[in-house]
Amino acid sequence: MNLSYTKHTLPNGLDVLIHEDHAVPIVAVNLWYHVGSKNEVPGRTGFAHLFEHLMFEGSQHYDRGYFHPLQEAGASLNGSTNADRTNYWEVVPTNALDLALWMESDRMGYLLPALTDAKFANQRDVVLNERRQNYENRPYGLAGMAIVSALYAADHPYHWLTIGAAEDIQAARIDDVRAFFQRYYHPRNASLALAGDIDAEQGLALAEQYFGEIPAGEKPDPVIVPPPQPSRQDVRMVLEDRVELPRLYLAWHSPGLFKDGDAELDLVAEVLSSGKTSRLYRALVYEQRIATEVAASQNSREAGSFFQIVATAAPGRTLAEVERAIAKEMARLIERGPTAAELERCLAQAEAHFLFRLQTVGGFGGKSDQLNAYNTFLGDPGYFARDLERYRSATPVLLRAAAETHLTPAGRVILSVVPRGRVALALPGSQPVAVS
Amino acid sequence: MAVDRSRLPSLGPERPFRFPEIRRATLANGVRVWTVEHRQVPLIAILALVPVGASSDPSNRPGLAAITGDMLDEGAGDRSALEVNEALGRIGAQLDLEVGHDATVLALTTLQRYLPRGLELIRDMLVRPRFEQREFDRVRDLRLNRLLQMKDMPPALADRAFTQLLYRNHPYGHLPIGSEGALRSLVIRDIGAFHRRAFAPARTTVVAVGDASHEELGAAVAAAFEGWAAEPDGTIADPDTFPDPTAPASRLAIVHRAGAAQSELRIGHVALPRKAPDYHAALVANMVLGGQFVSRINMNLREDKGYTYGARTAFEFRRAPGPFVLHASVQSDATADAIREALGEIRAIRTDRPITRSELELGRASLTRGYPRSFETADQIARGAAQLALYELPDDYFSTFIPKVLALDEADVTAAAVKHIDPARLLSVVVGDREKLLTGLKGLELGDVADVAVQ
Repeated sequence: MNLSYTKHTLPNGLDVLIHEDHAVPIVAVNLWYHVGSKNEVPGRTGFAHLFEHLMFEGSQHYDRGYFHPLQEAGASLNGSTNADRTNYWEVVPTNALDLALWMESDRMGYLLPALTDAKFANQRDVVLNERRQNYENRPYGLAGMAIVSALYAADHPYHWLTIGAAEDIQAARIDDVRAFFQRYYHPRNASLALAGDIDAEQGLALAEQYFGEIPAGEKPDPVIVPPPQPSRQDVRMVLEDRVELPRLYLAWHSPGLFKDGDAELDLVAEVLSSGKTSRLYRALVYEQRIATEVAASQNSREAGSFFQIVATAAPGRTLAEVERAIAKEMARLIERGPTAAELERCLAQAEAHFLFRLQTVGGFGGKSDQLNAYNTFLGDPGYFARDLERYRSATPVLLRAAAETHLTPAGRVILSVVPRGRVALALPGSQPVAVS
Repeated sequence: MAVDRSRLPSLGPERPFRFPEIRRATLANGVRVWTVEHRQVPLIAILALVPVGASSDPSNRPGLAAITGDMLDEGAGDRSALEVNEALGRIGAQLDLEVGHDATVLALTTLQRYLPRGLELIRDMLVRPRFEQREFDRVRDLRLNRLLQMKDMPPALADRAFTQLLYRNHPYGHLPIGSEGALRSLVIRDIGAFHRRAFAPARTTVVAVGDASHEELGAAVAAAFEGWAAEPDGTIADPDTFPDPTAPASRLAIVHRAGAAQSELRIGHVALPRKAPDYHAALVANMVLGGQFVSRINMNLREDKGYTYGARTAFEFRRAPGPFVLHASVQSDATADAIREALGEIRAIRTDRPITRSELELGRASLTRGYPRSFETADQIARGAAQLALYELPDDYFSTFIPKVLALDEADVTAAAVKHIDPARLLSVVVGDREKLLTGLKGLELGDVADVAVQ
């Protein structure tokens, strides 16, 4: 199992990664900028994502929207922003590769001349509607904000979600866009991956042709954040929401993306909640039937991750019961670790997922996206095999140790989300939290 | 070499693409076995299709097909529910169990070396489900809880109200999950009886796609399924015989959600079946109207007005006529304006702003040039093949898609829009704050605003 590639760095600093796969006459163009909501400051949250929207509104030499020529060429395309990075991608028929590179390079080099107040105001409205649709108007939609705001101090850049605060989005100004573009959107802060029906040499020549003329820019300083101090005491919060069933969120600080313990905790999450025979699903949903669903996840991020368990109480059952059942399973796991058979199942699933990720050249999570992830966060696009090895080398002892070190019984952030007006359904001692 | 930025680069010559070849066989018991070689990654996708879904629910048992499908992996053959799940996990399988209006689909992707084990598991789930009481009790509770939670999910509320108002007592008149009352009244015998009636070898198609030869794939499927001898116990209504749904009683309905942060919209009517001869023309018409980012409706509602994160329309193709529907979630104070704009766009495409040459070309090009993209993974290919099986499409369907779309002109596409989208019949459903919206909605002059209670 491997993900082959070539890597070259253009004189202006742009990394160009190329992977050949001629099965289907399509090429994935995938461009990462190493900037995300982690680069924002309090009062201007949500900006990296708002900026991403503006990248689709036209650039100097083609100022009639980004989608039209590409959809006409048969492309699918999208972009996304998270805490650590912003990515943009097109999957085009091979004969439209020039077009996609022209469009991507034009918005990297020449976005600002096409920026107008009208575009800015329009996309600010669109983003506010995205926020309403995916957070405010969705059951449990504000829980994530409450969790990160308690895990991280107010000046820590993971204190807010990428979507940002509504008032910050409203307060954004067009001058902020210019400064942000100049600081982060240039070849030195970007990585371009091409994957698919393309010849590596020809691909490099095309990348040079379209992106070579763009000035290098200055590499932004990395965001340095003090490692969060895990609390020695649980933090208990309650949030009222328009929901039918109370839900419990447990969160712990955990090692950052690709750091020691990260893969082990990813596997711990699998042991806990992947499939009916996982520890928490089996105990809470299958056997005791005190929860309707349970999910554990290691949310891996560059400057520190968090591990989370989410469980929804079944009708008539309490969050206190759910919490006790989870605590009991966690204690059992920390005491004895997973069995060899459990680990074997989780490794089979993890290996299959690595293979599944080799099926597509583009889009979110496809091969071009993976090459850029490894290159952007590690400087090594060839990390695929070592990434897999992180999982293959896991043992029950290592998983137990990771759980014991990081998933401590008393250092948790605990959020109860309860139906409006029914605060008594929260875990005892929970303090109301304000998010909107 | 400097880039010429005075104009966009032209497209190069199109590269040929060979659509995957489906090899077809039928076992003695009637199971259709379709195989496709796909050798990029050492994976196998196995898909079993039974063309029986929620439209076959008895009228007093909405939700029966879906819970039957849900029960297939809750113990099968020699394995208990936990053992089935453990076996799937140990081969790294990803299983999707889906019950739609027209079909039940089991789809599984696993490593190539687990082909026989994957097939054995699919076979047991399909043919030898255990349907044990205690598993049924748990699964039904989970579905009841899901229904409970859907009361707070605007998209689910909108889908439910739209479906019920549009199709009323028609077999498509309920969501596959069914209703609380019907789920509560079900007993385990209903599940077993439905399974015996619906799941039969002569109705089943098994598609195997992946890193093996046709012969290996075909032999493995045959080995798993040739022993299945059941005759269907009873009949299933043919969707071709479904009656036409009666027209909705009103044109505008609201599901009240106090203080809603947005209004969730569905606008549409019953349209055409998948097998309609002008299917391709309807697809192109939809691309122009609301089927992609640069369509008229999204450009208006999102990119011009900023009312929404996105608006799209689709023909939801089924065996009998499925709906044409617009989906959008819009900011509350723009609800009436968003509906007015959407209705205006739908009206205009048939009247004063017909589809232009450049729109036609854009729609055709997006569909055809992007077509090979949907044949990248084994799972995509298996699902594509399953469409041919479900809708009884011709064997050369994939390879004739592009020429058929390219042969369409403005008149064909406009004719499809005129025939299949009728502004006078559109039903608009709003999930939002009634008190805040009522005045604006009345201004739309769509008649009385019907109130839909959340069940």
